[in-house]
Formats: sequence, structure tokens, C-alpha cells
Amino acid sequence: MRRSFLYLSIFTAVLTAGFLACNTNDPEAVRPPARFGLDFINVVGNQPLQLGTVAYTNASGELFTPTNFNYFVSNIRLIRTDGSAWVVPQDSSYFLIRQTNPASQKIMLNNVPVGSYKAVSFVLGVDSLRSTADISKRTGALDPAVDHTGANGMYWSWNSGYIFMKLEGTSPSVPRDATGRSNFRYHIGYFGGRDTKTINNLKTITVPFGTDAAQVDPFRQPTVQIQADVLTIFDGITPISIKVYPEVMISPFSATVAKNYAGMFSYKGMKTTVTD
Amino acid sequence: MKRFPLIGFLLSAALFGSVASCQSGGGEVVVPTPVPGKPDTTPPVVYQTTPYPWKKPANFPDPIYNFANNPLTLEGVALGRTLFYDDMLSVNGTVSCGFCHQQPAAFAHPDHALSHGVDDKIGTRNNLGLQNLAFYKNFFWDGGVSDLDLLSMAPIENPVEMAHSMPKLLSSVRQSAKYRPLFQSAFGSDSITTARFLKSLSQFMLTMVSANSRYDKYSRKEAGGELTTDELAGLNLFQQKCSSCHAGELFTDQSFRNNGLSRAFNQDEGRYGITLRTEDKFKFKVPSLRNVVRTPPYMHDGRFGSLDDVLNHYATDIQDVAELDPALRKNGKPGVLLTNSEKKQIIAFLSTLTDTAYIADRQFSAPN
Repeated sequence: MRRSFLYLSIFTAVLTAGFLACNTNDPEAVRPPARFGLDFINVVGNQPLQLGTVAYTNASGELFTPTNFNYFVSNIRLIRTDGSAWVVPQDSSYFLIRQTNPASQKIMLNNVPVGSYKAVSFVLGVDSLRSTADISKRTGALDPAVDHTGANGMYWSWNSGYIFMKLEGTSPSVPRDATGRSNFRYHIGYFGGRDTKTINNLKTITVPFGTDAAQVDPFRQPTVQIQADVLTIFDGITPISIKVYPEVMISPFSATVAKNYAGMFSYKGMKTTVTD
Repeated sequence: MKRFPLIGFLLSAALFGSVASCQSGGGEVVVPTPVPGKPDTTPPVVYQTTPYPWKKPANFPDPIYNFANNPLTLEGVALGRTLFYDDMLSVNGTVSCGFCHQQPAAFAHPDHALSHGVDDKIGTRNNLGLQNLAFYKNFFWDGGVSDLDLLSMAPIENPVEMAHSMPKLLSSVRQSAKYRPLFQSAFGSDSITTARFLKSLSQFMLTMVSANSRYDKYSRKEAGGELTTDELAGLNLFQQKCSSCHAGELFTDQSFRNNGLSRAFNQDEGRYGITLRTEDKFKFKVPSLRNVVRTPPYMHDGRFGSLDDVLNHYATDIQDVAELDPALRKNGKPGVLLTNSEKKQIIAFLSTLTDTAYIADRQFSAPN
């Protein structure tokens, strides 16, 4: 009898400890958990983005062939139809979308409270708190030592900053460089500075689902498609010529590029998977 | 005997139940499975680390490094020291941290005006000596890195320094038979993560405290702290003419300033490259002067081979550029008034900043 009580106590204690370890910032979270998918679809105007094979044309009439396209999506919030928001727990809210890795373009949010959602918002980049956090808090997509170099590099080790958006490619409008290719490179970062205030290229982006609403419950899992149009980087608020700006990295002009790409996202549609 | 598997089963069932309800976040959940049959009676190996007794020198300001996030242990320091002197940190296994940071030069690189990397590649700046890193707000001549734990990645990935990539380097460290036991003893498991790798290097560098020069003993009124008449006169002159920038016991106020160097051959914009603020153009970190006699050449580009050259610059060669620091302009004219005998006395004082114990301390040398 006493022994069974002991077993029961252990069982209960471990179960409770396990639940306490669950990190949910939202006390109103309704269980059982449900899921919400976000698919990022990268395009150039009305064509799908293909790396290294297709020459696209921007509004300045310049041909360009992207060879690499990555960006960080973080601090995701789902906005309910009543205007309130569910904030994805901070530690599970950093994603690196890479054109070369289709799996990275599909984000799955877990433990989403049951409800009706009309928009998603996120930060394009890595916020200043996380950008200055202890190295042990930068795991997964944020680990500066995981697949982050060369063409995939999204971290500047010489100034301890993440690259928020990287677009590289070739364009006949650019003279050949030492590699023998007509390269252009846009590496955009800068979170506002740690000891000295710098430019801040972090952009909070809200994508409304139009007249649609995403219904989340344990039996319905919506997946929202968000389109990112590379053309907006050149043809956004301020038209940018690749010939004039073949390289934008560490310069005040990076802010102009960031203002442009802040407008590159739009709602494409939604699919709902129904289970019983 | 029978109750162990039962407890194990209950534990794992409970754990599974609770964990399965957590945010899955893409991580793999490992559920311990009870081994059927007799329980493992081998006593588990207990790894116990020994705290490293780090002490702030009595005449120093409070450290800036957050030791709470990286408690120093003898084992962590030993691992960091091994990494610091390991050539495998460079892409072709030829350059370690200690290659450019040599102890006899207070961990600067003697006879190299500009940093010297793999394949004889030459960088754009003079490497700085390493000492008292716990006390710095930021690092490098442009202050580009503000966290000691992130510092090591900069030379490792710089194409003209160690030219490696962190993912490739960590993967070789993971495959090295030498490092698994070292990580195990420092961190309790042989998992080699980015954070552990970087923090162990920090641990070693944090132990590199230089505070036992003759000047320090003078400052702390300890035995051996006697200064000669010329050295005292030099200290007095230094306080009048140099200490507004080379301030305090670190001999730097850690600010970024322009000191009127000619830009005829070097247009390095310094701090501007980090902040992109026009007011930071052509400004560089005021370096510490501790062990300065041991660290020629001088300036961010190593243009001056001796302290005489440096003082001659301040006395007569300062360029009247728009960015010139106001402290280096007196009555509208650039320069610091210094007679030849004053220069000699200042250099006599600067030589009291050499910490011979630091330069000879075996705990900072390459491990056997």
C-alpha cells in the first residue's frame, strides 16, 4: 500500500515538474494544443524564385540572376480577429528562411490557442535583445557556428551582428569583379547598436489575411502562405539600381534597402487541414 | 530488484506524458528507456570542477565581464588554454591565437606592424596585446565586438587571419580525440557546443590579468613599488599631458578618438566602420599602455616602431584634421607641448608599466 503511494507520488511529481517546465507565455492557452503553419513562398514579380538559372528584370530595366536569398523571421505574433495577439514563446520564435532549403520555408507553430486569427506579424531580422544575448541563448538558427559561413553566412563575427537579409546574384549591369563574375551582394543587418547607437534595420511586418480568418482548433490546422517578392527589394519605396549599388552591406544605404524589403511580404492564401 | 524497472517505467511514462504536451519546437525529445534485466551497478563517474580563484586587483575598477554566465573553473581555463595555443583553429593548421599573441610581448605580435595570418596574409591593423580583458567594454581598435565570448570568432573567421569557418572548426574539434575529455571535465559532458567552445576561450583569457608592474606596486603602496626621480617626474607629466585619454589604472578611458595621424597612406575609417556615424570617422580605440614598452610597433597600423616616434608624433607631427580630438589641440594649435627631457621622463614612467611576472607566468604559456 505504502509502496504504491510512493510510486503514485513519484508519477505525479514528475508529471507536474514536466508541465511546469513547459514554457508557455500565455496563461489563457487552451489545451489540447493546436498547430499553425506559415509557408514562405519566395517569388520575383509574378514568377517563382529560382537560384542561378533565371534572369529577371527590375524596374530600372536591369537583368539580374539571384544566386542566394536568406532572411530571418522572428518574434512571431498571431493576431486574433478581436485584435488581441498570441505571442509565440520567445525561445521558439527564430527562423532562418533559406531559398536553398525548402524545409526552412515552412514554419510550424505549436501549442497555438484555439481561436480565429486574421493576421500574422513578425520581425524581419534578429531583435536587439537576442542580438546581444549571452552566446548560450543563441542556439539553432541563431548559432553563429552552425552552417553560417560562405554563401550561407548570416553572421558578421567582426561586429557581432546577424545579417537579417541576404540577397546575392549576378547582373550584366555590374562590372566583373575579381571572381570574374558580375556579382551583386546585399547583406543587410544592424540592430541599433550595443554600446553606441547605430542605424536600426529591424522591421516589424504585419501580414493581414484579407477577408479570410484562420480557424485553429485541435481538428483544424491552418497553413497560411506568405509571399516574399524579391523585386520589391529593388522596386520598393525607393527604386534601387543594381548598377549604382552592386554592394550594400555596411553603409547607411542599407537602411534604404531595408525600407524596401519591409514591403515585400503579402498574403497569398490559406489551406486548412481537417482531421478527426 | 523488481521495483527499479517499475519506477523507471513510471518515471518515463510521466515524463513522456508531460513532455509530449510541451511546445515541440522541432527539437527531438529523448525519453529515457529502462533497461530490462539487472540494473547497471557501475557507479556513475562524477565530474567535479574546481572553481578558479579569480581576483580583481585592488587598484582596478570593477570588471565588466559577467562571470555569472561563465563561472571560471580550473578545467575550463585549461581547456581554453589548450584551444588558445592550438593551430587547428586556423584553416590550414598553421596559426593559433598564440601565434600572433606572444607572451614575451604581453600577447601582442612583436615586429609585425600589421596582423600576420595564414599563408602570410597581412591584415590592415596592428594586433593588440591581451591583458585584463575582463575590464573592457569592447574589443579591437574599432570596438566591433562588445562581448568577450563573441571575440574569438572574429580572428578565426577573418580571411586574412585564421581564415577558418566556425562550423568546420567545431566539427574538427568534435572529431578530435584530445578535446572530448577536456570538454567533459570542464562542462560535465563531452558535448562540444559553440557556447562551450567560446566560453572556455573566454575563461582562459579572463585569467590573463596583468597588475603586478612596478607602477601597480607603487599605486597599491606595496614593497617593490619604488619609482626613481625621473619615473616620478614622468608620472607627473603623464598625468598632465596623457591621462585625459590614457586614464585610470587601465591607462585607457576606452573611448574612440582621432590622434592626428597622417592619412597619406592609410584611409582606415576606424570606428565608423562599426557605427556608420560620421562623427566616428577616423577614430580608434585609445589603447591601454600597460606593458607598452613590450608591444612595439605602435598605433592601429603599427606605423611607429618606438615610443620615441610616438612621443615625437604627439609633440610635433599631429595633423590638423577636422576629426582631431580636442584634447590634442591647445590654444587652437595641434600638439602636446613636450621637451626632449620630458619625453625621456615619460618613457621612463611608461617602462614602470611592464609586468615581468605576467610575461613570465607559466600558467599563460603554451601547455605541454
